[in-house]
Order: sequence, then structure tokens, then C-alpha cells
Amino acid sequence: MLRFVLRRCGLAVPSLFGLLVVTFLMIRLVPSDPAAAMAGDAATPEQIALLRHKYGLDQPVWDQFVVYLGRIVRLDLGESAFTHRPVATDIAQRLPATLELIFASMFLSVGLGVPIGVLAALRHNEMPDFVLRVLSVLGVAVATFWFAIMLQLLFSMQLHWLPLRGQLADSVPRPVNITGFLLLDSLLGRRWDAFGDALAHLVLPAVTLAFGGLSGIARFTRAGVLDTLQNDFVFYERAMGFRRSRLIWRYVLRNSVTATVTQIGLLFGGLIAGGVVVEAIFDWPGIGSYTVQAILTGDRQVMLSVTLLVGVIYAVVNILTDLVHGLLDPRLLDRT
Amino acid sequence: MNLVLRKLLRDVPAALGLAIVVIVLLVAIVGPMIAPYPGDAVTSHLLRRLKPPSGAFPFGTDNLGRDIFSRVILGARGALEVSLVVVGIAMAIGVPLGLIAGYRGGWLSELIMRITDSVLAIPQLMLALALAQFLTPSLESAMLALSLTYWPFFTRSVYAETRRVAASLFVDALRGIGAGAPRIIVFHVLPNVISPVIVRATIGVGFTILVAALLGFLGMGATPPAPDWGLMIAESRGYLPTSWWFAMFPGLAIMLTVAGFNLLGDGLRDLVDPRLRRSR
Amino acid sequence: MIPLLHVSDLHVSIRTDAGIASVLDGIDLTLERGRILGVVGESGCGKSTLIRTIMGILPKGARADAGEILFEGENLLAFSEAELNSRVRSSRIGFIPQDPLMSLNPVFKVGTQMLEIMRDHAPPDGLRGAARQRARVQRLVGLLRRMQVPDPETALERYPHQFSGGQRQRLLIAAALACAPGLVIADEPTTALDVTTQHEILLLLRELVGEFGISLLFVTHDFGVVAELCDDLCVIYAGQTVEAGPVHAVLSAPAHPYTVALLACHPDRADSFQGIPGSVPSPLAPPPGCRFTPRCLHTTLPCSAAVPTGRSAVGTAVKCVLYA
Repeated sequence: MLRFVLRRCGLAVPSLFGLLVVTFLMIRLVPSDPAAAMAGDAATPEQIALLRHKYGLDQPVWDQFVVYLGRIVRLDLGESAFTHRPVATDIAQRLPATLELIFASMFLSVGLGVPIGVLAALRHNEMPDFVLRVLSVLGVAVATFWFAIMLQLLFSMQLHWLPLRGQLADSVPRPVNITGFLLLDSLLGRRWDAFGDALAHLVLPAVTLAFGGLSGIARFTRAGVLDTLQNDFVFYERAMGFRRSRLIWRYVLRNSVTATVTQIGLLFGGLIAGGVVVEAIFDWPGIGSYTVQAILTGDRQVMLSVTLLVGVIYAVVNILTDLVHGLLDPRLLDRT
Repeated sequence: MNLVLRKLLRDVPAALGLAIVVIVLLVAIVGPMIAPYPGDAVTSHLLRRLKPPSGAFPFGTDNLGRDIFSRVILGARGALEVSLVVVGIAMAIGVPLGLIAGYRGGWLSELIMRITDSVLAIPQLMLALALAQFLTPSLESAMLALSLTYWPFFTRSVYAETRRVAASLFVDALRGIGAGAPRIIVFHVLPNVISPVIVRATIGVGFTILVAALLGFLGMGATPPAPDWGLMIAESRGYLPTSWWFAMFPGLAIMLTVAGFNLLGDGLRDLVDPRLRRSR
Repeated sequence: MIPLLHVSDLHVSIRTDAGIASVLDGIDLTLERGRILGVVGESGCGKSTLIRTIMGILPKGARADAGEILFEGENLLAFSEAELNSRVRSSRIGFIPQDPLMSLNPVFKVGTQMLEIMRDHAPPDGLRGAARQRARVQRLVGLLRRMQVPDPETALERYPHQFSGGQRQRLLIAAALACAPGLVIADEPTTALDVTTQHEILLLLRELVGEFGISLLFVTHDFGVVAELCDDLCVIYAGQTVEAGPVHAVLSAPAHPYTVALLACHPDRADSFQGIPGSVPSPLAPPPGCRFTPRCLHTTLPCSAAVPTGRSAVGTAVKCVLYA
């Protein structure tokens, strides 16, 4: 098991290094002057020169890369041109909100997507399967930002069932900060009012974000279950009289989700990226709205850091999904 | 080819997808001729702003009094142009790299695939956003950013297919009779890997329309007054909830178009590889 | 006394895109208690459909059109899926599948899977909760030891891929016996194994029949295996029973032209290797009457009519006009 973990982490090293190279090249290869862009429109030539020196932009490319690596290792992500605070601090403060949203969407996509996928597979080429196929096509085809606006229009503006934007109503005082995660903090502080309000605020963004993921997960689960049902062992288990519900939801599903788990890694990446615009639309105080702010203000240091962050999270999630994969399928662990 | 088409048409969702794609293509080509108010791409009519859908304006009018139905029709061309160019460039980069890496092996293959994996290590949307931001934001930058982040998907699938074909007996036989590498790649490997590329490209066009719309929505793509679907939705946000039609119809156009390409792509995939039924 | 299993005039058809395929067209077989009946036929003759029909797990589009499957006097064809599960599978009919490598669920421990079988089907033992679970584990460990699975105490905690093919087949035999059924159906259980292992498994099965008081329905394409293992024999061609009787009688004096031709092909017997001219008819458009007619050396006119069952000189049942 430990060997499997180490080996898998080792595999991630080249791709993380590649990530650093790609992001580095991105600053270096773009036509405009990064220092000038970093300093903003109102900067004087002296300020720009200062910045250029500060970030080592007046040195050879190779030395710059070494400097860049050193700064990344020290988690020095530079300063935001907009908030004038260290980007690392901004990110640390905003990350919990983003993770809360992403985990909620994951929970929805997996919790609904897997059962829907199984049902569609069992009713292959019948009504539920047809409905899923239509829904999954729409789920992939719908523009997230438009879907978000439509949900706001219906549930907040017309029906007034759910709050329009933000993470917590202004009238509700924030619970004491313990973990940084709002839902968790309100639970720990026994602030039920805050918990309820935060949950209500979470629904629309989480549903928006989950919709695409849900259809993806359902599609994969369906394909996985259909595939598993072809196996000899399913016939054997039926012949030995396994109870149908247990056969499907335990013995078949466990085999089918090994493929879905790989998808969950991809889903996570999709959720982070898709979260950018969803957060912006719902004014969710996380990394996504931070990113959109950076896009609008041309804040490169933030863009770069966020890209790196997303790449790292993505790599970590992929390692984790491989581990879960290994736990679900014992054959993988023994192969190392 | 005829047989492929007939098989495709028997698959109802795929036939539906094909129909949508054909219609959208037609609309993109003849758009200015069939749009009721072709001038409304740019001209505003402030006297009839924010009118709800009616016989004269089936999708209503926007904040500048322009007919949304016309603008949705006129927007098809831009959306298709962007995504076809993006997918075309991505293919032009990705397919040859995949062929070379898959056929050659050795350090060159290793290098190409390492770069491919590095680009794939960041979710495409995120990378495209960052890249589009780093280049001076404009429609061209957005297209370049999308192309530069989409090619690895082609490289990956072409690489895998090429490896499979290059290891097969018939390629061995060709080498045996003295055929050169370029000849084998172009005339024998390429035809074998082309079908997954077509499938990927079809779905890629739909996907790119979606991402391009997002870039337009964030103000990183098309610029006003262009009748861009993403941009229209962005412009509508200040007029909700009263002018719901302003936001709704461009979004439906995106959804329908993307769904068409996805359905067609799925159907093509089923034809090419029935084993991978509808998994993505 | 009624036979344990008696299949008579069984007809099964499958609806396909290309039309209706008549897969089984008059299967008759009888398995007496305590005996081993070998069902022999070439691949594609309907052996697996026969097994599936007996177990009540027909593929989509397939149905039994006529005939009976009498098991301990009850017609299994009249059982619902729920009844089959609660009253037949595992508890009264055990199953040994063809491919031991593919038939165990790869992501569950062997013990989990075997206990799942016992969960609904083990005979009542008056125990409950943890005590019952312990008793079941005990029984399984005992069975595994009897099947000569190495380290039977820890085997239940291991995963299928940690066993060799022969060992997995032993696990599957133990699983088939776990709930003490009276009938065990084995679907070519040795074809996926190498010759030595195959021989050991056959010996084991032979011993188990007496030891556990079971009867065995052994389906195979291999006459050699039948000669080594079985008491009785039933030969199938293109979905029809053509000849049935005690093994030694059929093998020493084959009566049906198909059996004769088939045995002449067997490498152990044939002086020079030769096949049967022609090919197996398509179940979509089978010839009327005896399906061997197009390839038969003795074709006479009444072959295309319904074929009666006759008796050969050594007393085997033969479906051929030559013996009517």
C-alpha cells in the first residue's frame, strides 16, 4: 500500500514540474512586458523598473526560472496589483469558501449521478435511460453561466425561495472563525441561524455547478454498469441466487465505480474551473470570484498563482482518486 | 460513406444531432438573409428597447432595442467561426505531434508526450482563461488561447491510436517491403487514426462554442456591439428579472448548438467504436 | 422413484435482429440421483442456453416455447424469478461456472462472496447473529480444506486474483456445495485449465458426488472428459438431443449417425484425422426434422418429419429414423 502511494506520488512529480514550466513560459512568452502589466496602467517607468528588478525580470531566462522556482517553493506568490496584499494570503483566506462549494457540488453530483446512472443502465433503452441520455446531453451542453442566471431568475428573483448572491446574509453575523469553513464554523459555534442561512446560500451555486458534473458521473456510471453486467461473474452471482438489490448496488456497482472514480478526478478539475464563473455570478467569496476580479483588472500575478494552485489541487486530487481506485480494486495494489 | 450516413441516421439521437448541426451551419451561412432585422447586429433603436417577445420580435428586444431573434441568428456565424478555427488549429498542432510521437518513439516521443501531459495537468478552461488574460484580451487572443490549450487532447488520442497501429502486422509488412516512414504515416497510419480524431473534433467544436461563449461573457472574447451569444447574456444581467427573454434565448441557442455537436459526436463514436458506447 | 432432473422436449427460441433463432429444439435428458450425466455437444449447439434455461437466467429476447424441466418433480419453467431465488438457486441447485478466472467478483474477498451465497440460501441451523456467521465460516473453511485449497483458514480473507486458476476452480466447487444442494450443474469447468489440473479437478468431482450425496450435470464438448468422469451421456446436436444412455454403451456402440461421425473425429480414436463434411445449420433457418440431415450419410425421406425416439441394440435412446 505504502509503495503504491509513493510510486503514485512519484509519477506526479514530472507533471508538476511541467506545470511550473508551462506557467513560467506563459509569463515569459507573452508579447507584452510583464512588469508593466503587473504594475498596472498608472505606474511610472521607475516603478516598472523596480518591479522588473524585484522579480528578476532583468536577468537571463534560466536564472529567472530558478528564482521563480525558489519563490514558488517558499509559497511567495507575489502581490496582487488590485488588493495590494500577498496573493498567498488572499488565496488562503478565500480557499475555504471555494472548497465548501466544490465539495457540496461533488456531493450532489456523485450522490445523485451514481444512482441515476445505475437506474439508466438497468433500464437500458427504456424510458429512464432515454431521459438520462437527454439530460446528460443537456448537462454537458448547457453554458454554466447561463444556467446560473436562469436559476437566479427563477428561484431568487421570481419565487424568492433562495438568496440571490453571497455566502451569508448581511443581517446574519458571521460565526467565530475556527476552520475558515463557514458551514463547519457555524456548526462548531452552535450558530444554527448562520448554518441555515449559509446552507440556503449554498444551494443555487452548488446545484449550478453540480448539473454538468452530475450528468457526467451518471453517464460514466451507466456505461460502467452496462460494462460490468457483461461479465461472467454477474451471471455466476445470479446463478448462485444473489439477491437482486445486493447484486446490483453492492457487487456490480463496486466494479462499475472504479471507472467512475477516475472521472471524479476529472470532475474535480472541471468543478474548480467551472466554479470560477459560478462564483462570480453568485458573488461567492472564493478563489473563483478572485480570479474573475483578476481577469477584469488584468492582475497577472493573481492569474498565474490561481492557475498554479488549480494545477496543484488537480494533481493532488488525481493522486487521491488513484488511491481510492486502488482501494476499490485490490488487483491494482498487488500489481506494484 | 453512404453506409456510414445510413447507419448514423438510424440512431435517433445522432440523427437529431446531425439535423441540428446542419441547421446551425445553414443559419450561420445565410444568417443575414433570413434574419428579420439584419441591421440589428449593430444599429440600435432606443424607442423599442426591452420589448417582451411578440409577433414582430419573437425573442423580444434588448436594452438598445435590437431584435434578439435576429441577433441570435447572426451570432451563429461568429460562434461557428471561432470554434471551427480553434479546433482546426488544435488539430493542426495536435495530430502531427501525436503521429510523430506514436510512430517514432525514443526521446522525441518522450518530449512531446511530456509537454502534452504538462498542458493537460491544468484544467483546460482555467489554462485558457489565464492565457487569454496574459495575451492582450481580444477575440483573437481568446481563439489562440483556446487552440493552445486544446491540442493536447488530439495528441493524446492520436498517440494512443498510432502506437496501436504502428505495432500491427501490416505496418511491419510495409516496413518489410521498404516503405519509408513518411509514406507509412500519411498513407497507412493516418487513415486508421482519423476516425477518433473526427469524433474528438466534433465534440470539440461543441465544447469550444461553450468555452468561447464563457470568454465572451467574461469580456475576454468578442467585443460589443458584436452579436455574440456569451456577450448578449452578459449584457442582459443588468435588466433582470424583468427582461428575462434577453438572457434566455442566447443561452438556449448555445445549448441547442452544443447539444447538436455532442449528439452527433456521440453517434459517430458509436459507429467508430461500439465498445465505448456513450462514455466520454 | 422419479429422477432428480428430467428435461423433456424443451424448446427455446431467441428473438434477434435477424429473426427468431430456434436454439433448443427438442432437448430430452434425465439425471438419476447420485449419478453424473455428461451433456456433450460442439460449441454453439445450445449447451449454455440449456444451462441458462434450467437456472432460469435466459438472455434478453429468449423464451422457452415448449417442454418441461422437472426438478424433484416440480416444473422449473413455471417458477417465478423470486421463487427460483428463494427455493432453487444455491439451496437446491449449485453451479460451477466455466471460467474460474472470470467468475469470481474481482473486487471482493473470496469469503465475502461465499458468505453472500450462504446469506439467503444456507439450510437453517438454528443459530443466529455472530454464532451463525462463525458456523458458516467454519463450514466454508472445512469445504475449502476438503477441496485441497492451500491455507484454507486464511483463504476467505484473500481476493480472487491471489489464487491460481485451478485453486479458483476449487473455490467455486466449494461455493457450489456451500448450501448443500442436491444437484450441481457444471459448465465445462475444466476447459480453462491445463491438463494436469483438469485431471485433478475431475477426480475431485468424482469423489464429491458420493461424499456429498449430490448428482452432477456435467456439460462439456470433450468426449475424453466424459469417458473419464460420467456415468451417463446425452449428446446434443444443433439444439436437439440425438442420443442418450450409459457412457460405456454410447461410446462403445454409438448409434446415431452424428455420434458415430463425431467419435470418428476424436483424435484418440480416429485412424486418420477428418472432420464431418458440411457445417452446423443456422438456428435462424434450421432444416425441418432432424437437424443433422444435411450432413448425414444415411439421409432418407422421413428425416424431415418429426423424429421418433428409438432404441439401439445396446439400449441407448436414439433420435433417428434408422432406429424407429
